[in-house]
Amino acid sequence: MNLVILTTIELAAVTTLLLLLLGTPLAWWLARSRSGWKEIVGALTALPLVLPPTVIGFYVLIALGPQSPLMTLLHPFGIRTLAFTFSGLVIGSLFYSLPFAVQPLRTAFEAIGSRPLEIAATMGAGPVDRFFHVAVPLARRGFLSAAILVFAHTIGEFGVVLMIGGAIPGKTEVLSTRIYQLVESLQFAEAHAIAGGMVVFAFVALLSLLLVERRIAGVRP
Amino acid sequence: MSIAVRLDARISADFSLDIDIAIPAQGVTALLGPSGSGKTSVLRALAGLDRHPGTIRFGETLWQDHETFVPPHRRHVGYVFQGAGLLPHLTVRQNLSFAIARAPEGPFALDDIIVRTGIGALLDRSPDRLSGGESQRAGIARALMSQPHLLLMDEPLSGLDREARAALLGALEDLLGDIAIPVVYVTHDIEEAARLAVQSIRLQAGRVAP
Repeated sequence: MNLVILTTIELAAVTTLLLLLLGTPLAWWLARSRSGWKEIVGALTALPLVLPPTVIGFYVLIALGPQSPLMTLLHPFGIRTLAFTFSGLVIGSLFYSLPFAVQPLRTAFEAIGSRPLEIAATMGAGPVDRFFHVAVPLARRGFLSAAILVFAHTIGEFGVVLMIGGAIPGKTEVLSTRIYQLVESLQFAEAHAIAGGMVVFAFVALLSLLLVERRIAGVRP
Repeated sequence: MSIAVRLDARISADFSLDIDIAIPAQGVTALLGPSGSGKTSVLRALAGLDRHPGTIRFGETLWQDHETFVPPHRRHVGYVFQGAGLLPHLTVRQNLSFAIARAPEGPFALDDIIVRTGIGALLDRSPDRLSGGESQRAGIARALMSQPHLLLMDEPLSGLDREARAALLGALEDLLGDIAIPVVYVTHDIEEAARLAVQSIRLQAGRVAP
């Protein structure tokens, strides 16, 4: 049981970290670009919100299978497949939770407006300097929201992890798939314990999200 | 030496800019004109905040032509914005430090500027705790602490009540009277221009008024 909890938390933590790194430049581009591709990329980014998780899981599973062109590229490095591995789960989760990182970050970057960046530019701050010392601190709310949302959403995923991970105990089994198996084998008492715990966790996560937004909105330097 | 600005740009459907001016590279030059005459567009182009077709030269230095464009952070200009001109996540003191950390050597001394802009008591305040006049003073100090080679001011007195306006106008007279760098001062108020500027250029509908 502890192993399942550990795998779940590890998956959520790794996904959160990677998505903050990958989602930030994407969200920045979506917030600042005037390119005509912007809305197309924006819609693609939001796709996981409306797609059935099994569809994401299906495509990722195929892409990670030994016959896929992507995996063929990795064969020389001794990697035959990432299906049914923890790395595969992480890749699936990245797609599944992508909008939950990009949306709050994009909104936060857009809310900054151009004035603070222009002020910084006239003070001699170049683009990278402006990003790290003006945009990031002004968007801190967005970063916290994104982190909480991605973490909670990854803990709650089921379809994707079942498709890609196959719920192998100790490797790819997470809480949501454990509940499913407990119910299948009619172990309702244990299922209750986990399900209840997840309801409490989700509530605490959302409550802290609201409190964080409230608190930071009022904070002054 | 002068600052040569030649811009020929269609900015929106009903506004185009067609000017060719030489601003003396010393003293205060007022850029006068009614709202919508293109004053702020010229100022933003000078700072490099917008890029319109044309040529801008600061003395010997080419800032912009059809292939060159020096970005704002390399132009060493100070810009006093209309309204909020401070980084909102930093205190007044931190705003000044932000400027100083990125500034070259220059003629403006921190203590002197703090006294002359009268912001000594405001240093630890957050920008959203400043009145319009206080915010404008801090914005001017912040712009000068970048040790600019050119100071650009966009209607610094607009939106202030009568009292704050009179006080800031007095401070500006003192500050700009013996300033070591050229200043371009955008305003629609002729009286203000007369008190602060040595020369003025009038704009009308995107062109230099005859």
